[in-house]
Amino acid sequence: MNLANSGLNQIAEALDNREMSSVELCEDYLTRIDDAEQLNAFITIDREGAIENARQVDENRQSGASLGPLAGIPIAHKDIFCTKGLLTSCGSRILSNFISPYSATVVERLSAAGAITIGKTNMDEFAMGSSSEHSYYRPVLNPWDTTRVPGGSSGGSAAAVAAGLIPAATGTDTGGSIRQPAALCGITGIKPSYGRASRFGMIAFASSLDQAGIFARSAKDAALLLDSMCGYDPKDSTSLDIPPPQCTQKLETPLDGLRIGIPEEYFTAGLDAKVAEIVQRALKEYESLGATLIDVKLPNSDAAIPCYYVIAPAEASSNLSRFDGVRYGYRSEHGESLAQMYRKTRSEGFGPEVRRRIMIGTYVLSHGYYDAYYVKAQRVRRLISNDYSRVFETCDLIMGPTTPTTAFEIGAKMSDPVLMYLNDVYTAAVNLAGLPAISIPAGFDELGLPVGLHIVAPYLEEARLLQAAHLYQKHTDYHLATPDLVT
Amino acid sequence: MSDWESVIGLEVHIQLATRSKIFSGASTEFGAEPNNQACLIDVALPGVLPVCNLEAVRMAVKFGIAIGAGINRKSIFERKNYFYPDLPKGYQISQYQIPIVVGGTLDTVVDGSVHTVGITRAHLEEDAGKSLHDEFPGATGIDLNRAGTPLLEIVSDPDIRSAQQAADYMRRLHRLVTYLGICDGNMQEGSLRCDANVSMRPRGQEELGTRTELKNINSFRFVEKGIITEIDRQIDVLESGGTVIQETRLYDPIRNITRPMRGKEDAQDYRYFPDPDLPPLVLSEEFIDSVRTDFPELPEQRKLRFMTQFNLSEADAAQLTQSRPVADYFESALDHADNPKGVANWINGELSSYLNKEGIDISDSRVDPDALGQIVANVDSGVISGHGGKILLSILWEKPKLSINEIIESENLRQDSDSGTIEALIDEVFAAEPEQVQRLKDGNQKLIGFFVGQVMKKSRGKADPKLVSDIIRKRIRS
Repeated sequence: MNLANSGLNQIAEALDNREMSSVELCEDYLTRIDDAEQLNAFITIDREGAIENARQVDENRQSGASLGPLAGIPIAHKDIFCTKGLLTSCGSRILSNFISPYSATVVERLSAAGAITIGKTNMDEFAMGSSSEHSYYRPVLNPWDTTRVPGGSSGGSAAAVAAGLIPAATGTDTGGSIRQPAALCGITGIKPSYGRASRFGMIAFASSLDQAGIFARSAKDAALLLDSMCGYDPKDSTSLDIPPPQCTQKLETPLDGLRIGIPEEYFTAGLDAKVAEIVQRALKEYESLGATLIDVKLPNSDAAIPCYYVIAPAEASSNLSRFDGVRYGYRSEHGESLAQMYRKTRSEGFGPEVRRRIMIGTYVLSHGYYDAYYVKAQRVRRLISNDYSRVFETCDLIMGPTTPTTAFEIGAKMSDPVLMYLNDVYTAAVNLAGLPAISIPAGFDELGLPVGLHIVAPYLEEARLLQAAHLYQKHTDYHLATPDLVT
Repeated sequence: MSDWESVIGLEVHIQLATRSKIFSGASTEFGAEPNNQACLIDVALPGVLPVCNLEAVRMAVKFGIAIGAGINRKSIFERKNYFYPDLPKGYQISQYQIPIVVGGTLDTVVDGSVHTVGITRAHLEEDAGKSLHDEFPGATGIDLNRAGTPLLEIVSDPDIRSAQQAADYMRRLHRLVTYLGICDGNMQEGSLRCDANVSMRPRGQEELGTRTELKNINSFRFVEKGIITEIDRQIDVLESGGTVIQETRLYDPIRNITRPMRGKEDAQDYRYFPDPDLPPLVLSEEFIDSVRTDFPELPEQRKLRFMTQFNLSEADAAQLTQSRPVADYFESALDHADNPKGVANWINGELSSYLNKEGIDISDSRVDPDALGQIVANVDSGVISGHGGKILLSILWEKPKLSINEIIESENLRQDSDSGTIEALIDEVFAAEPEQVQRLKDGNQKLIGFFVGQVMKKSRGKADPKLVSDIIRKRIRS
């Protein structure tokens, strides 16, 4: 069995047929993780915990106990999710000593389904970034080309799944942090509708935009994990009190008369020609499978990035206030007074990108600027959301490129934050509107770097999203390709 | 010298009497070991989220209904951002632009004249923790037990015109919220805390003067004294040609002065914005109706009921309903004694003097309402005399565990109602005072009291005085 690109159903079958035990499976993945250490995909590897839990599942399997749908399958969690007894750093120095006393609801749900947590993946500090270079724990490398970034902020999870170090992993997506790295690493990454998955225990970046999601090798695998992960959580007031989406059950339902909206704003200057060509080819593929392509307009697309970069930092500036050195986490030794302790702790504990966003957020919420920035951005957010509602009156899905370019070189955009922010030009609007979206592999550019197809569905239509992605993956094999690094 | 008018507005924080905190499941009980009542959410660990406690919402709505206010069907929780070690999240969740309660009034009565005070708003928010500066040398301790306790901040219009009115406003607010059962009213534990905005203007002038804010005046007495002191200070400043500076001040009750609060370097910008973790608080008509139908009796209604149901005088009824615990005590005691007037007299008289002596509230009375009711019942049925009842209460006050019947027996309080014994005692007294007996027989009715007293003395208080008096009257007629 080739672990580099095995689907979850193959792995589950092998476990079921006793071709391998869960302990052996975990050991194999742990070896792969060790061999690919140079990718810096992981911050924490929980060998003992994983093996112990795998042994437990193996015993249960032997005894004929009823097992969850993910029984014995190792996964990794982005280090933004609190995991009881494990370091939960969020990629930051300020939490570099924080062992969480509790687990996030998402972590608990996946564990309850039988999944085994093998470790915690690297990320941009507090999920702020599009390259996973802004980590206190060294930058993550792209397995397709280790001189390039894997995207971010969930770059560790994306790189780990792409390199076959783990069959699936969790991530979070505030402006594109799942879909962009999934595109740049050539895997499937889905962000469900806002409110589908509990945010309890997921360290907040921008509360009104953050949503947990999944990295996997296929839409089918993503569906299985999403079904286990989603659902109402009374501990999160923004989680939706509705049944989980049941994506797996609906995966093979045919999409008769599928209407796909192609926003003209997505195919303009700034989009790499090769990426455009590959995305167009993917759209043709859908057409040949029976879908109708419709030209649509999302007229407020231009405003998405500016709007996002007011709202997200505003919320972040407040969300990150709790990291003050008083109760847990890093505290500077140099504080003579209380004010100085705060200043030094936060200056030393946060990296430059986090500090930049706290400054932006503090500014836009300040007296005299609040109306001009924050209130206005909220109004723009509504316009952007209305654009989607209008388009979905005539379309079932929207498709386009996930990112304007393929993976860029490490360091290329570190000195120009705005250039970095433009990575999320196609993805951030979706978070502002709270919609579900997925990125799936659609081909490779002339350098052999993966290109992602971005699919957006109406609110709560995760199942339709995965049906469409699954349909494509049944007729293509881009998602089965593995980087050379992996043998 | 000008004729000055004081303009006062009060901001009162009341701690809502919910079992758990406003955004977490931790207990709100007072007095636990530091940080033993602070859960993951109160400590603001990474990743935790607030969930609004509906009980606190219900209490706020109850208050709004009681003062005739508007209840916003949709109100918004916002974040008030500032750094302080006892503020774990670095922001306080409060309501700002759209509070839950808007408008309403509360009447004050000073020297018999009624003055209506408008309520601007009342909003829900969470309390902060406490900084402990004295417990650890060279360091500050943080106790987060109080963090997240639900508060209702009640803001009055600047309608109050004197320190006496301010104190009365606070007393009546205290009475109202305890009657509503939304606050335990415990001033020592900080369940009701008051800030006062005070400004002066020449009488007749429309425009308001510059105000100062007196922070944390937490007793009725200090509200009155603090405001009087601040009014005097402002008049002095103004009459000596100075100007009042807008600032926050503290009242020092020991020196009876107010002084500026130090430490505020510059004006804080709290950067309020709607809390994205909490959806707007939307109240259905059904919810509000359910609060309305489950409404407790308010002080004025209860007073009127006491007057009609128990045939009490207005003075008695007013005294009994001045605080909910007293009225509750009264009604509980009535379960054992079918004598409202008698129970009222015992509470307002004998029991009150014990409570006042020790400076405690009736809710902490060592003699519970059941026992008091039984004392009154025993007196009424003639088992013990009124004097015996007082002895019984005094013993019970010291040893509340003892049973009433045991005390009656052990202290020999049972009243003698055997007429034979009483006849014998009267014979003895009459024999000793032949001249007085003659004057009594000659029609000097005043002497009856003297003879009753003599007989009571001989019986050591055990004879039923009414019976004694009846027998004496019979004897002199014959």
